[in-house]
Amino acid sequence: MKDKQFLENIVHGMFLILGLITVGFVLLITVYLVLSGIPAIREIGLFDFLLGDEWQSTAAEPSFGILPFILTSIYGTAGAILLGVPVGFLTAVYLAKEAPSGIRNVVSSAVSLLAGIPSVVYGLVGMLVLVPGIRRLFHIPDGASLLAAIIVLAIMILPSIINVSITALEAVPREYEDASLALGATPVETYFRVSVPAARSGIAAAVVLGVGRAIGEAMAVMMVSGNAPNMPSLFQSVRFLTTAVASEMSYASGLQERALFSIALVLFFFIMLINATLNFFLKRSKEE
Amino acid sequence: MEQIGMRRKIYIFVMKALMMVSAALTCALVGFLMIYVLWKGLPNVTVRLLFTKPSYLSGQIGILPDILNTLYIMIAALVIVIPLGAGAAVYLTEYAGNKKLVAVIEYAAETLSGIPSIIYGLVGMLFFCQFLNMQTSLLAGALTLVIMNLPTVMRTTQESLKTVPQSYREGAFGLGAGKWRTIRTVVLPGCIDGVITGCILSAGRILGESAALLFTAGFAHALNGFFTGLRSSGATLTVALYVYAKEQGEFGVAFAIAAILMILTLLINLLATSVAKYFKRRRSL
Repeated sequence: MKDKQFLENIVHGMFLILGLITVGFVLLITVYLVLSGIPAIREIGLFDFLLGDEWQSTAAEPSFGILPFILTSIYGTAGAILLGVPVGFLTAVYLAKEAPSGIRNVVSSAVSLLAGIPSVVYGLVGMLVLVPGIRRLFHIPDGASLLAAIIVLAIMILPSIINVSITALEAVPREYEDASLALGATPVETYFRVSVPAARSGIAAAVVLGVGRAIGEAMAVMMVSGNAPNMPSLFQSVRFLTTAVASEMSYASGLQERALFSIALVLFFFIMLINATLNFFLKRSKEE
Repeated sequence: MEQIGMRRKIYIFVMKALMMVSAALTCALVGFLMIYVLWKGLPNVTVRLLFTKPSYLSGQIGILPDILNTLYIMIAALVIVIPLGAGAAVYLTEYAGNKKLVAVIEYAAETLSGIPSIIYGLVGMLFFCQFLNMQTSLLAGALTLVIMNLPTVMRTTQESLKTVPQSYREGAFGLGAGKWRTIRTVVLPGCIDGVITGCILSAGRILGESAALLFTAGFAHALNGFFTGLRSSGATLTVALYVYAKEQGEFGVAFAIAAILMILTLLINLLATSVAKYFKRRRSL
């Protein structure tokens, strides 16, 4: 009997450790990013680092200002949201409410395929279709630009937006819609004036999730945005926070390498902020 | 028959049209990507490409090492992440009594799934490659992917555990089984579907991952066995695609890899849907 209790305790302890492992990983990531990101910021100065508008990491007198990357990430994400959200949102309403089940099945499997396509494949197609297309259409010397990155990101965030919005729309109580229909509203009016407002927290969560995806994407963006550390401009080659880390990491050393860790820390800070917002909306959507 | 005003009619028509155009656009994008990649890539998928390694002497490019590396990294990551994720899920549904602790663990899992892969790559490089001295190796890459996929496996297992009826557990307890025996004989068999779903989803993510592997698993194209492979640096299919396209300008090879990735993604998606359908039907019996 005593042995049995002993075994139970051991098993309980083992599962407790497994349960805590996610917390451990989050702590590990946070600690590593903070520890490796702080030194360069202290060396360069927080103000010069965050608000400096020049990044010349390999020059004789290097300057490490990441304002261009921060702004590019923000503009790029905003652009992707501006393009992706309307399309994703309308598709979600269509799939959740209007589409006949046959069409619904086809479109949802298309959406899950879109979610599964590796980001390098988006990058490759972007490099060979989008970039030359933009060059020809706008008569600029190189099509690798913020615009190309925005379009690729807009496509990549579609599945997140569509899936989360559908879940939110489907959770709207049937009675709301029935009441609206009974009062004489047509189905389409009911979807947009009753179902959508009732699902607004969930749809907000979908948008925030899209923001998180867009700001964190590295490889596809790296392949289409040109990677020059310019201030963001739609038709110019730009560098994002993610690509700033990825593009120099393989050969960086010393202060340059430490500065890249600091960029990752800044990115991590943005992501944590977005996660907290996402959680807020998800919680509210559950309460509603 | 009640009359609908002109303005309402226009509103309804416009909204309906916008919805349909959006859905059609989404489908068209998927169709275009699929057809374009297959059309550009499939002609380049040759037996020679699939079954050789790159040779500097003949200038031939082969992607067999990259295929094997992808497979090795997938196996290694899944073998580690399944017990960890399933165990964490068992703890949350079967053991955890403290609500606060559960909330903390679930928040941690959500945080993990929101962290971008480039950050995983960086921390993986610092922790596994440098601190634990694994160098850039497939094992370091696999361990990085373990952290990334942990929330997925945990969530799918948790969902399937919730479908095991409470009465089963009570029945086992009533027959005198201890907690561990109940979990082993009643609860764990019930979460097989969650584990399998988690496996498939993780396999899909591992197949498509590249940013987290660049600095942890590296770029080498050497042909290795499983255990030597784990200890040495190696490019997976996605990393190889990136290197061939961005750094070497070998677009033919890049498209061939992209076509292979597309087909595998499609297969994994089909598998995921049919497995979900199968489990759903079995449960309703």
